[in-house]
Amino acid sequence: MAIQRNMDPKKSPMPVQDPQVRRNNFDEVALGYSYETAVNEAKRCLNCKNKPCQSACPVQIDIPAFIERVANEDMEGAYQIIAQSSSLPAVCGRVCPQEKQCESKCVRGIKGESVGIGRLERFVADWHREHCTEQPEMPTQNGHKVAIIGAGPSGLTAAGDLAKLGYKVTVYEALHLAGGVLVYGIPEFRLPKAIVQKEIDNLKSIGVDIETNMVIGKVLTIDELFEMGNEAVYIGSGAGLPRFMNIPGESLKGVYSANEYLTRINLMKAYKEGAKTPIKHSKNVAVVGGGNVAMDAARSAKRMGAENVYIVYRRGMEELPARKEEVEHAEEEGIIFKTLTNPVEVLSDENGEVKGMKCIEMELGEADESGRRRPIAKENSEFVLDVDTMIMAIGTSPNPLIRSTTPGLETNKRGCIVTDGENGLTSREGVYAGGDAVTGAATVILAMGAGKAAAKAIDEYIQNKQQP
Amino acid sequence: MYKIVRKKSLNPTVSLMEIEAPLIAKKAEPGQFIIFRAKQDSERVPLTIADFDREKGTVTIIYQIVGGATMELDTLNEGESLQDFVGPLGQPSETEGLKKVAVVGGGVGCAIAYPIAKKLSLLGCEVHSIVGFRNKDLVILEDEFKAVSSKLCMMTDDGSYGTKGLVTNALEELIKEGNQYDEVIAIGPLIMMKFVALLTKKYNIKTIVSMNPIMIDGTGMCGGCRLTVGGETKFACVDGPDFDGHLVDFDEAMHRGTMYKEFELHAREASCNLLNQEDK
Repeated sequence: MAIQRNMDPKKSPMPVQDPQVRRNNFDEVALGYSYETAVNEAKRCLNCKNKPCQSACPVQIDIPAFIERVANEDMEGAYQIIAQSSSLPAVCGRVCPQEKQCESKCVRGIKGESVGIGRLERFVADWHREHCTEQPEMPTQNGHKVAIIGAGPSGLTAAGDLAKLGYKVTVYEALHLAGGVLVYGIPEFRLPKAIVQKEIDNLKSIGVDIETNMVIGKVLTIDELFEMGNEAVYIGSGAGLPRFMNIPGESLKGVYSANEYLTRINLMKAYKEGAKTPIKHSKNVAVVGGGNVAMDAARSAKRMGAENVYIVYRRGMEELPARKEEVEHAEEEGIIFKTLTNPVEVLSDENGEVKGMKCIEMELGEADESGRRRPIAKENSEFVLDVDTMIMAIGTSPNPLIRSTTPGLETNKRGCIVTDGENGLTSREGVYAGGDAVTGAATVILAMGAGKAAAKAIDEYIQNKQQP
Repeated sequence: MYKIVRKKSLNPTVSLMEIEAPLIAKKAEPGQFIIFRAKQDSERVPLTIADFDREKGTVTIIYQIVGGATMELDTLNEGESLQDFVGPLGQPSETEGLKKVAVVGGGVGCAIAYPIAKKLSLLGCEVHSIVGFRNKDLVILEDEFKAVSSKLCMMTDDGSYGTKGLVTNALEELIKEGNQYDEVIAIGPLIMMKFVALLTKKYNIKTIVSMNPIMIDGTGMCGGCRLTVGGETKFACVDGPDFDGHLVDFDEAMHRGTMYKEFELHAREASCNLLNQEDK
């Protein structure tokens, strides 16, 4: 039966919690499409033959095919199509920057708004989770072992793909809980942890072993993982050490890295009544940086009860690297954007606590090598922002634990692991790497894409090795 | 889960636990630390390794009950298990090539100073140990230190045991007696390490201190454990926990250590009240 297309130029809006309500709770902001809205939105897809959306997806989901199933109300069929390419659909449907990927190539986007691909992906994954009780089938084992370092999006994707091919996969996680940035970084209100846990349980049910509390490079080295019978190792160890600005006052009480602030709240549940892990209950907070992590930290601070939360960013609103949706949500929740502003000093009270942040105004000059206009300080424009907490969200530098204990593993001058093109092969035979450990801080989906490519390469490597 | 195979009270507020953790025991070196969580939902807390037995596959920790997390740990008994136990983290203490060393321990810091003294002694280094406690009741590991040191100075603040005075008094005396130390290793309260470092700076003796700041993950991710060492920001978890005592900004570290003082006080009261209720 031919689908009656929906020619509405606009995307079906996503229902959300009211900003005035949600700024006081950690419940999910976006509520998800209803069944009717999903079917109706799916009918906006033109099912293009050349599938430009699919080619813009880092894990190459057959997007028109799954959307067609949704339009035909075959939700489980839609899920199976996504699951062929993505191990974590409920996660990607929520946190992928679709507007820069699949949706940016959507033909409907030329004369109107693109199809809500991410929202449909989320709907399908949620529908499956709520309606399908069948356990996935355990793949036939092929007798080969692979070790994965890091149970974040990259490692879990590689683990899922390899397990489906029959490999015995063990994932080693440094923290006490699997999920990586999905559990310590991205807040509950953007990605409920129960959903992450469910995706991880799915991987366990297809035979993936996850060993927590295992800091590779310390308790076991990569060489020892090979001695234990693994034929390949994938390093998806993540971003690493938080950066600071090296301005006076960064060691004062009340200065956090975004990693620390978010880990206390998300992983250690400091937002809950009676939590054992402490966190500062701030009144006025400055978050330095303009990426998604900065938005997450600012919106978390608001929910922790802060009255005024500022995003302090040295370029302008147009240059904010965060997703537009995150910026809009932050604005709706009352986050104040101090753009073209740069901190120069953190001020201390008599007890060593933050009592203010001295800033300087900036203006944009010529474009630098990144193609963005370079911010330049305006003379004599210093002012003091009245804050008691400062959260640094200006990126990370790679963790030395693995490179310092793995002879022959080549890293670049920034400390990122060097890989050979897209398949993630490092300078060591049988050792592959991907995600933030290779690229520096990037997105969940790019890390997943790298995990996927490496899983394919690892499979080819092990299969070829077997031939005489 | 990580089973407690032995638990022993060393003094009214300090206890020892030997914990089954074969992989960690295999790799552990003096100076390194572990992070534990006593129970589901407990806080992550770092503790420097007090001892390890590679054959038995156990790691020993010695802890002082100071806040909610250590109180919770102390509710666990022999045969029970810790929820999480991860390590060995941080860099091992450097012991290579040392011929004569003064090991200075203060209070529960002696628990960390001891394995270093032991390793140095095994390597044939001459060890002078100076240990300090507030009073006689708080003395721990005296016999252990005796066994690995050619000289042991026992100091108490109130003179109820050993010599009355501070560890710095004893150290200065030993230096003045003409003892030439390749290195002084000081482990204890920040204020003690600060004054040991000030003293040894005067005599130009290299001094290593072991820092134990607030941290969460212990692998470099959170940056909560940052210190200023020689004007540079260092992370105790990956760069340390041992640092050059003459370069550490102790005053800043002391400030940072009080970040959650109020929370800890509340946690302690809450735990105590809970324990009180159980007693009723």
